[in-house]
Amino acid sequence: MTRSLTNAPALVKLALRRDRIMLPAWVYVVLIGVSVNAYSFSKLYKTPSSQAALVASAQSNPALLFLYGRINGISVGALTAWRFGVWGALFAAMMTIFIVIRHTRADEEAGRLELIGSARVGRQAPLVAALLTSALACVTVTLLLCAVLPLIGLPATGSAALALAIGTTGLAFTGVSAVAAQLTSGARAARGLVFCVLGLAFMARAVGDASGATGPSWLTWVLPLGWTEVLRPFAGERWWVLALPLTVFAAGTWLAFVLSARRDHGAGLLPDRPGRPGASAALRGPQSLAWRLQWTSLAGWTAGFALLFAVCGAAAQGIGSLVGTSSALEKEFTRLGGQTAIVNAYLAALMLLAGLFAAAFAVSAVLRLRAEETESRADPVLSGSVGRVRWGFSHVVIAVAGTAALLAVAGIATGLGYGLRAPQSVTVGGEVARMFGAGMAELPAALVIAAIAAAAFGVLPDACVGIGWGVLGLAVLVNLFGQTLQLSHWLLDISPFTHVPRLPGGTVSAQPLVWLSVIAVAFGAAGLAGLRRRDIA
Amino acid sequence: MVNAIEVSGLRKHFGPTKALDGLDLTVRSGEVHAFLGPNGAGKTTTIRVLLGLLRKDGGDVTLLGGDPWRDATTLHRRLSYVPGDVTLWPGLTGGEIIDLLARLRGDGGDAKRRQELIERFDLDPSKKARAYSKGNRQKVALVAALASDAELLVLDEPTAGLDPLMEATFRELIAAERQAGRTVLLSSHILAEAEALADRVTIIRAGRTVETGTLAEMRHLTRTTVDADLDAPVVLDGLPGVHDAVVDGTRLRCEVDNAALNAVLTRLTSAGVRTLTCRPPTLEELFLRQYSERAGLAQQP
Repeated sequence: MTRSLTNAPALVKLALRRDRIMLPAWVYVVLIGVSVNAYSFSKLYKTPSSQAALVASAQSNPALLFLYGRINGISVGALTAWRFGVWGALFAAMMTIFIVIRHTRADEEAGRLELIGSARVGRQAPLVAALLTSALACVTVTLLLCAVLPLIGLPATGSAALALAIGTTGLAFTGVSAVAAQLTSGARAARGLVFCVLGLAFMARAVGDASGATGPSWLTWVLPLGWTEVLRPFAGERWWVLALPLTVFAAGTWLAFVLSARRDHGAGLLPDRPGRPGASAALRGPQSLAWRLQWTSLAGWTAGFALLFAVCGAAAQGIGSLVGTSSALEKEFTRLGGQTAIVNAYLAALMLLAGLFAAAFAVSAVLRLRAEETESRADPVLSGSVGRVRWGFSHVVIAVAGTAALLAVAGIATGLGYGLRAPQSVTVGGEVARMFGAGMAELPAALVIAAIAAAAFGVLPDACVGIGWGVLGLAVLVNLFGQTLQLSHWLLDISPFTHVPRLPGGTVSAQPLVWLSVIAVAFGAAGLAGLRRRDIA
Repeated sequence: MVNAIEVSGLRKHFGPTKALDGLDLTVRSGEVHAFLGPNGAGKTTTIRVLLGLLRKDGGDVTLLGGDPWRDATTLHRRLSYVPGDVTLWPGLTGGEIIDLLARLRGDGGDAKRRQELIERFDLDPSKKARAYSKGNRQKVALVAALASDAELLVLDEPTAGLDPLMEATFRELIAAERQAGRTVLLSSHILAEAEALADRVTIIRAGRTVETGTLAEMRHLTRTTVDADLDAPVVLDGLPGVHDAVVDGTRLRCEVDNAALNAVLTRLTSAGVRTLTCRPPTLEELFLRQYSERAGLAQQP
């Protein structure tokens, strides 16, 4: 065994050298997200009564519970854990997914591990190095949070619990990613697989938290992200819960080693089957090529969206039932507008989430252009009789049509899920139509984000990956956390999603949607114009 | 006859790095033109300018009578390109990629010719590209290019991943293309490949053209390096075509014009040969020699 680990420390150093910008950036995002929330909560909600008021309004608003999780207590610490516990863990999990896959399957697919494997390096050393690098990142996040949160004035015990909750979620997904990296022969597919698990984990806890006392609240217990809540940081910590993510980490690591020892270098668990000896008539130009390259990913997203939003839509029905425990809650409930308004607010929050997720697909679909370019697969297309604009447009079309399809699916699935379980007063058809409209209203905003990525690809190709994901991250930050942080209107207005009418329930106005569409088209056109003028890498 | 490619004074820089610094290249229609230079000389950059992937910073470039940047789409119907480092879509099979590349060029491809080439290169077209070795990826690109009806083939170090058997096949195919009247621009850093295939040769170094002409004109570049250990010392003075002879007791090292090889070897065998190696000079040696010759000329007067 030890021989198969030869030189793993050298590979860890290599990984740290390669990730010297990405790793600190991720750690920084998690750290800043949690501590800025904690800091502003301690400034904004100084008195116990203001904290209680926030808790009361949040408890009665299932949309907030759905997005952020359950509230375990009334204190700045508990509010911080509520607002950024799950999301901090989500970011930590994403960090580990990127690290692990990048240093295992992605390197293997690119042939870099072959070069490394031919040196005096143990068979399992690359996997160990990836796991160590990822674990190191998780430990760093945990230690930094343990140090920073008490400085803001939070109790040390609770701070440690929150830090560990976030760090161990990262470890759990380190294990899951290591297994996924053994299963598929492509890095893209491996990443997709883990993101499915992550999405499932988010939705399981979201439904568990929002569905109220009578609903399936056990769902919060099933998968990693919910464990950050049931650990109850700052509210009577249940320390033994930490054993759950650590078990996932250990089991995943063990399974990954077993699988990796059994398979050939470069192969997945499923062997590559021989394919067609010639192209079908359908594969005949850049557009069909773009479709061929992206349809599997779109199919995965669509399936995920359908499942997710059907379940979340169905959960909307149980929403009135969590009220009635205290008079403060009752008062807040009426102030928000009663059951109909609250269900509408929940459904609108769902659609905002759908918009942000769909924007993530759109950005990844647009940035596929950059991947094709840097991996020299644009050359064979462009050295054919294909203009640059036509090539660029082929992937943009997938991004636009795919995003529209995803939002349509989100709306229809939510409508079906809600309509089928709702009381007789609503019709399934009516709900489906209403939610379809609400989903499509998010389309222009999602496309603005994708269009900015496209503009960057045309004009600033070296920075376009960072710009694309950075803009999306900013929108997530502004729209999910901006209001409680009492950010200025100027800052809130940056995000295109701020300008989308909150549907259902809000007033429909076409004007912002038209403006967002115009902006998206302008950015997209700028990107294609830039592509025409620049060098191809 | 019109020239297929005309490049004069081409300049291209990437930031502060000068990749091309006044490069000249003329490829006549119907000839096989070898484009030689050591790694990093600017061969691939030149080809990427010719394909309209890079924008020139200065100089004149004409490709098939058009401007490679402005008229890229129409010109590309008439050429086929094999990149030096072939990367393919990992999820597509070799056969699919061959057909796709033909369709992207704008012709359906000749199915019979395609089949014939796949057999000659011994390629399995039903394998996914991710399972191909470097040589097999190269074959996919070569089959796609050779099966096309393009009048110009642009090949960037096309034999880099091929085994000697496949290299021979490649040479046969290019020889046949020349017979058929296709124009070929063949970039390489292997002089022997150029000798075997090319009508004319252009040699570049550090972004500039160093030599251009037919092989006969460049006979002085195709010397053979001879290393020998002999039974007795030998005197080569007075033999034509012998250069840079260094005699150290019974050891001899010299460079010989190919025309004079026979005479030199007769002289050596008469002295008794213990060991003997003859090899063509590498490009680097040629450049080194050329530079030292130039330096010598500059000093003489």
